[in-house]
Amino acid sequence: MKRLAITLLLAGAPLPAAAAPVAITGATIMTARGETVIDGGTLVFDNGRITAVGKDVAVPAGATVIDGKGRILTPGIIAATSDLGISEVNGVRETNDGSARQSPFSAALDLSTAINPRSIHIAISRMAGVTRAAALPDSAGSIFGGQGALISLSASGATLTRARALQYMELGETGGRIAGGSRPAAFAQLANMLAEAQRLALNPAAFDRGQDSGSLAKRLDAEALAPVIDGRQPLFVHVERASDIQELLKLKARYPALRPVLVGAREAWLVAGEIARAGVPVITHSLYDLPDDFESLAASRNNLGVLQAAGVTVAIAPLGGIGGTSPVNLPSYAGNAVAQGLVPGGKGLTRAQALAAITANPARILGLADTGTLEVGKRADLVLWDGDPLELMSAPVAVWIDGAAQPMTSRQSELAQRYKALGRTDLPLQYPR
Amino acid sequence: MRALVLGVAGLALATAAAAKDKPKDAPATPPDVVRVGKDPWPSQYKPYPGQVTVIRGATIYDGAGHRFDNGMIRLEGGKIAEIGQTVSVPDGARLIEAQGKYVTAGIIDIHSHLGVYPSPAVDANSDGNEATSPARPEVWAEHSVWPQDPGFSRALAGGITAMHVLPGSANLFGGRGVTLKPVYGRSVQEMKFPGAPYSLKMACGENPKRVYGSRNQMPSTRMGNIAYARQLWSDAVAYKRRWDDYTRRAEAGTAKPTDAPRRELALDTLMGVLNGEILVQNHCYRADEMANMIAMSKEFGYKITAFHHAVESYKLADTLKAEGICSAMWADWYGFKMESFDGIRENIALVNAAGACAIVHSDDENGIQRLNQEAAKAIAAGRRLGLPIAPEQAWTWLSLNPARGLGIADRTGSLEVGKAADVVLWSAEPFSVYARPMTVWIDGALMYDWGDPKRRPTADFELGQPGVGDVK
Repeated sequence: MKRLAITLLLAGAPLPAAAAPVAITGATIMTARGETVIDGGTLVFDNGRITAVGKDVAVPAGATVIDGKGRILTPGIIAATSDLGISEVNGVRETNDGSARQSPFSAALDLSTAINPRSIHIAISRMAGVTRAAALPDSAGSIFGGQGALISLSASGATLTRARALQYMELGETGGRIAGGSRPAAFAQLANMLAEAQRLALNPAAFDRGQDSGSLAKRLDAEALAPVIDGRQPLFVHVERASDIQELLKLKARYPALRPVLVGAREAWLVAGEIARAGVPVITHSLYDLPDDFESLAASRNNLGVLQAAGVTVAIAPLGGIGGTSPVNLPSYAGNAVAQGLVPGGKGLTRAQALAAITANPARILGLADTGTLEVGKRADLVLWDGDPLELMSAPVAVWIDGAAQPMTSRQSELAQRYKALGRTDLPLQYPR
Repeated sequence: MRALVLGVAGLALATAAAAKDKPKDAPATPPDVVRVGKDPWPSQYKPYPGQVTVIRGATIYDGAGHRFDNGMIRLEGGKIAEIGQTVSVPDGARLIEAQGKYVTAGIIDIHSHLGVYPSPAVDANSDGNEATSPARPEVWAEHSVWPQDPGFSRALAGGITAMHVLPGSANLFGGRGVTLKPVYGRSVQEMKFPGAPYSLKMACGENPKRVYGSRNQMPSTRMGNIAYARQLWSDAVAYKRRWDDYTRRAEAGTAKPTDAPRRELALDTLMGVLNGEILVQNHCYRADEMANMIAMSKEFGYKITAFHHAVESYKLADTLKAEGICSAMWADWYGFKMESFDGIRENIALVNAAGACAIVHSDDENGIQRLNQEAAKAIAAGRRLGLPIAPEQAWTWLSLNPARGLGIADRTGSLEVGKAADVVLWSAEPFSVYARPMTVWIDGALMYDWGDPKRRPTADFELGQPGVGDVK
């Protein structure tokens, strides 16, 4: 039985998924499956998959053993929304592939063509325990922003997990503005695009016979919406106001296979029952509590707690509107959702629910069926923490993706090392030391 | 004569000064000296009534770097009356048993846009950038503040007891900042921290050159930024010279009020900086640009109080210590614009370790609600780099250091006897994600209580709206 110190694992380049099984022993295992927490548990993985997890799990012969005593093991964090891999510096236009105002296309835009596995933000987020993410477009010229991609944050470079995994759309104030100036304009654009998509699907030849010019729908865009209508692709809809949410839910009557996912949803708690009955998941931030716009007057940090209690599948994501919002802070956003439940009259999440809101639930919403929880058969996307993972002062000591130990360095950690001592020496700081 | 007097306070000062230095053969009436008023829009804030309160059994971070385990503190007459392991408990005092809880100095945010960029963020409420010229030192943030911004109530619930509201960074000279308390008033004057000095918001780097460069105006480059600013400082030096010369002559009785220089409101602000009365709060991300700003301050003889958004202070921490310049920083914002690309999570800890003044700021209506959490992340990043930071030391980033950066450290910023009773009682260790302010006192008045809806303010705007009265 080989014993390998974690520090050794972390040095240098990423290791391929170990040929021999790896056992993490003695850790507190937060499975993200219900409220299940295993104290002093063992998790074994082999060939990139979890093969055993529990209290009395035998360590297989020949396994590399990692001592998890005093540590907490969780599934890898999953960012249900992000711009990872598609934007290097948001404010530098040429590095940002999130939106395309001048493009004649919208729903057809395929974010997977922009994914850059070498983005510095992937390493930075990975060090913070983020193992998978959805890369989402922004809508600019149309209410439809295009098709988001699912990525792995593995240093192996096998970044793209699923291209065209979802369609993104704006409603509410932003959708109204993009569509021409009103909410009805946004709904008209939506109705038209879905109708054109159906028309193309039913009779491509008729669609192509010159009728395209009057349809206000490009062929590629109409084609891209077919999987939305038949439910193969979830439709992520940015929507905030309660009435906008209700209006969106009505679409399910006309398009029963549609799988909307509410994004933002600051006023969702006002209509939590309806959302739950419709079986529609919600992706939001735990820190929204200001009337940022007229569509979010009821914003409250109770939102997640109320939705969870109503039976809605909720995910916490690094959405905008919160300064400095970032995937690296997902655990503390989840921790804040727990804290909300400790305020008199507050509605929050349990620790297990909060962890699930950044692991199991985003996995479910994104269709990443084999990730998000620590169960036998799932991918070995694992994070070993030096303390309560939802706490501000905790950090990962090790991260595995598909069973491969990940390097724990980034451009940021290199900068910190370079400038740790400022004293003048024989050569400028820019020379290797 | 009345029409010439620029401020009643100014006149009073002139008279007093003249009386003190009156030579024997001086005329019977003091000389008539026109002065630029230093506080023409004075605070009308009045503390709300408080009661003598003793908190017992809590762990106390006093904001000045000290910690009292199982300590006690007494608030009386709006001030910290006593702090230590035991304090006396007067008859009739409210006694709060706070075992397992934490008491800290109130949090002070040195960089906020509450009121000038209020919620809801509609164009009609967007009043933070007078982006009509790269130099607008004549505008004052307080004249844009909407006292009914719902954000003030959220900041209070996050343990904020004072904040500095600044103009934005579109301009090289953005205007004057103002220090407010998160205590709702019918006017901004009722929220103003009494006697707090003004600040001048300056900006270097991308924003000014982008805003004006995109209009084919100067500045469109970083060198344009500096050249434009230097010309204005040069003008300010000349303006100050005119006023100093006039004042000398007027005090000697050889200049009439009509000889007073014409007031330039823009240059008034810069002259206030040159006179050391107005503090420079300088938006500046990159270390090399901070160095340029320091060089410019030396050329024209003014002092920079703090660099804000200083994501690269870690590259210049030794210089910042030597120059006595504070850094107001986020814990981990980085990469959203080119000049923030080198931001690292160890920044605050490295500045602290160099012995320079570290401040945690928000620049954000959400971030201001949990600056304690930002500090916690910075402590953790520092410890991982091998820099030990005690929590009571880190609390100086949230209270005493920003108080110094705002020129109010003699009145607030730490739980020292005689200072304002600006105090927060926390439900748990305040660097824990699970901690929340239970109660917040400002000048000894209980302004927030998480368990008492009658001690939670609702801004006018939120009345009658969905979600009103909810625990936010």
